[in-house]
This record gives sequence, C-alpha cells and structure tokens, in this order.
Amino acid sequence: MPATNQVPAHAYEAVEEAAMQLYIRALKVLPPDLKAALARARATETDESGRRFLDIMLENVEVAERDENLVCQDTGTVVFWLEIGEGCAFNLARVNAAVKRGTERATVEHPLRPNAVHPLTRKNTMTNTGRHLPAMHYEFVTGSAEDGPSLPGAAVPADGLKIHCLPKGSGSENMSFLKMLIPADGVAGVKRFILECIVEAGPKPCPPTIVGVGLGGTADLCAALAKRAVLRPLGTHNDDPVVAALESELFAAANELGIGPMGLGGRTTVLGVNIEHAHTHITQNPVAVNLQCWAARRASAVVTPAGDVTYGF
Amino acid sequence: MTDTTASGTPGGELRLTFPITDLDALRELRAGQTLRLDGHVIGIRDATQIAMFDRGETPAMDLTGAVLIHTAPNVRKLGPGRYEKVCIGTTTSARMNRFTRGLMEQYGVRAIIGKGGLLADSLPVLEKFGGVYLAITGGAAALETTQIEEIEAVEFEELMPECLWRFRVRDFGPLVVAMDSHGVSLYEQISAGARAKLEELVARF
Repeated sequence: MPATNQVPAHAYEAVEEAAMQLYIRALKVLPPDLKAALARARATETDESGRRFLDIMLENVEVAERDENLVCQDTGTVVFWLEIGEGCAFNLARVNAAVKRGTERATVEHPLRPNAVHPLTRKNTMTNTGRHLPAMHYEFVTGSAEDGPSLPGAAVPADGLKIHCLPKGSGSENMSFLKMLIPADGVAGVKRFILECIVEAGPKPCPPTIVGVGLGGTADLCAALAKRAVLRPLGTHNDDPVVAALESELFAAANELGIGPMGLGGRTTVLGVNIEHAHTHITQNPVAVNLQCWAARRASAVVTPAGDVTYGF
Repeated sequence: MTDTTASGTPGGELRLTFPITDLDALRELRAGQTLRLDGHVIGIRDATQIAMFDRGETPAMDLTGAVLIHTAPNVRKLGPGRYEKVCIGTTTSARMNRFTRGLMEQYGVRAIIGKGGLLADSLPVLEKFGGVYLAITGGAAALETTQIEEIEAVEFEELMPECLWRFRVRDFGPLVVAMDSHGVSLYEQISAGARAKLEELVARF
C-alpha cells in the first residue's frame, strides 16, 4: 500500500477534474436504471394526463442527450458522497479541497446556474460552493456487516476512492422531512409517516419521485441515510430482507395514491422506495424522507492513486 | 375567444399568443384544456417578486396581459444586459403563491406558467381577474429550451439568476390549464383523492 505522500500531485488534479466532469455529466445524462423505470412507467400508466407527462419526460431525456444540454435548469445544491477504500492512499483533506475546486470550475467554465446563497443575506457566491458547500459525505469500505454494503456499481479500489455526485434540485430537496417517531408508533407509524410525506409533497417535487428514506440512527444520521438512499439505483434493495420487504410494500402503496406524473393524476407516483437504516436508541425511531424528482441525476467515478478515473452512474 | 388568436389544432391543443390585449379573454379557459403559446413569456422568480412587492421596486417592463413563467434560467453572458440561453426550465410555483394577487391586480398579469400549482387561496384571485395557472412538465428543461427563441430583455440583473426575463417563444408547451377562473384546481382534486386513499391504506397496516 503506498504511503499518502506517494500519491502524485496529478492524482489530486484528476480528482478535481473528475468532480468537475461528474457535476456536468450528472446534469446531462440520466442513469440507465432511471430511463428504464420511466419507460416502464409509461408502458403501465393508464391515466391520459400521466401518459402525456411521461412522454414529455422521455422526450426531454433524449433532447438533453442530443443537444448535450442539461436535463433540468436547476443545477441544484451539490452533494458529493465519497466511498473511501480501506487502504486509501489519498490525503482526504486534499481530496476534499479538490472536489470543491472542481465544483467551482464546472459552475464557472460550463457555465452552470449558480444557486448557493448565504441563508440570511441571500448573497449568491456565484460558484455553487460556499461555507460547508458542496455537502460532503465520507464513508469507508471495510467489508464489515456493521458498515453495510457499499453502493452498487463499480467496486471501490482498496487504495483509492469512488466519488458520487448528486446535484439535488430544490423542488425535491424542499420536500424533505424528519420525524422523531417513538417505539409506541410501531412499524405502522413508520409506514404512515412516509406515505404522509408523499401526499404532503404532492405535485411539488416533480413526481414520479424516488423516495429516499432514512430509518433509525440519530436525527442527523437519519437525514444523511435518506440522502444515501437516493443514490441507490432503482431496482436495488436494502440487503436486510425485513427492510427490503418494507421498500416493496411502500412502493406498491404509494402508487395507489393517484398523485401521478407532475401531480396531475395517474398511477405512477413513485419510481422506487429506497430505505437505508441504522440501529437506533431504545426510546426512539427517527424517520427521514428525502424525495428525488423524476430527473434523478447522479454520476460516479472511481479514482486510483495513479490518477486513473473511470466514470459511471 | 376574442382577440387572443386562439384556435384549435388537430391534437386538441389551443394556441394563444401573449401578451393578450383583452384582459378577460382567458375566462373562457377551463381546467384540463391543453395549450401552446407563441409570442412573449416573462420569466420571474422568488427574489424578483420579493423586490417588486416587499421592497416596492417597479420594473420598467409592461406586464399587462402577460403570461409569466416561474424560472431562474441557466444563461451565458454575452455583454452588458445581453444573455443567451443555456438551459431554461420551470421551478416550483407554491413558494411564490403570495404574489399572485399583486401580479394580477397591480400589474395586469393574466396567466402564470409553473409546476406544482399555486395554493387554493389563489383560486379567488384567478376568479376575480380572469386568470389561469398553466402547468408545464417540470424538469423538462432541455425540451423547453428548444422552444425559446431568444432572451430579448432582462431587468433586476443584480438578482442573477432570479431576474425578470423576457423570452420570445414559439410552440411553447404543451401546457395544461391546471387552475382556472371558475374555481377549479386540478391539484386540489388530486390532493383530496390522495388524502382519502392514504387513510384507506393506513387502515390496512
């Protein structure tokens, strides 16, 4: 395993370049699992309004690829999720700085719409970066059952890392919820809260949505798990069969609500329900819901200490 | 319809050109109808309306008979006050619900394009002024961008990207009349159904 100081400078430049490219790629090309889910939804949707909106969504995905344009104008609040190999040779402080620089460069050089403002003065930084932005999450790939499985897709190299970029549009991010349930609420309380969030959000998050759910942990961990759930490709399930069964049950239930594409009716209200869980305190059962719009943008890249970058979704 | 150049098309879509000159012309529209627009669409967003209504800053652009769109576009600067489109799409309308009355009463706006709907308390405003809310496909910005021919004017540039924008459009849509001036909101209907279904589902748990 090479020591940290043996990672050449160009490998950090590769991280910066990867972060820049990931942000732009995520905004332009939707993942194959999402495109397939939209096509499946179009084939099964029975509502005329729902079919019409799904047709336009599918056309838009093609136009974005044809014109090499952004799928949606909302370039989002940028979230990066980094999976760190167990013997990672990179200095993570330098990686963190490189990812932030890549975000700024994508914003200025493409150019991308700048969205990051101070919460009180509302002054725009014009770079999509700022204090604590982009949002950065780190997790370690150890193979331990308690750390849970790594995200699907290309494997994380033991001495390197994998960067996931999730530009999160505000229409869906504004539809985020957290409730500190208690033991007496039971599993029925968990189900009720998640469905209530979908109904409360209604047309606003651009349905059909991906419902990211965090279950357990603490308030902060639970919210982060809901965001991680959004990163999981459609069609994948939680590795715990009890949790996976809840994903399937809620997926079927949510699609009985009749909210439909763009909230104007139909059987396609959600494209998937992804749940990530953590153990929690004996007196509590936090549930966080993070909705993701139909234009569910994400991209990932594996980076090795030699500076080799492999892109995926 | 009187002077709005509305006409039926084979797809059952109505065509309208904005701005309209007869401010009562949109009273004929009914929830569920589908439209395409030509002419001018005015982009507006949270910060623009906070400036107009909370700080009393009046734009020079005439909004009489206008159709607005809730957007903060992705643009490339060409020179002073000149921009070209990169990607233009539509944002969530509910955040800007409280400005509906001022737009219609003070500025003569008659139609708002958005996604996700205005709230039920905007229905009496639409009824009083003969206004409509038109639903676009949220997130379909790449397609929407192809229907915008040019950015003709911009005001409140200091609020970039939440300026007041004048776009020239062609075949803009399709748009669904989701809230009309007869008290109908498709969103309210769908929401009521979803809430009833929720209780039914919960009873099964």
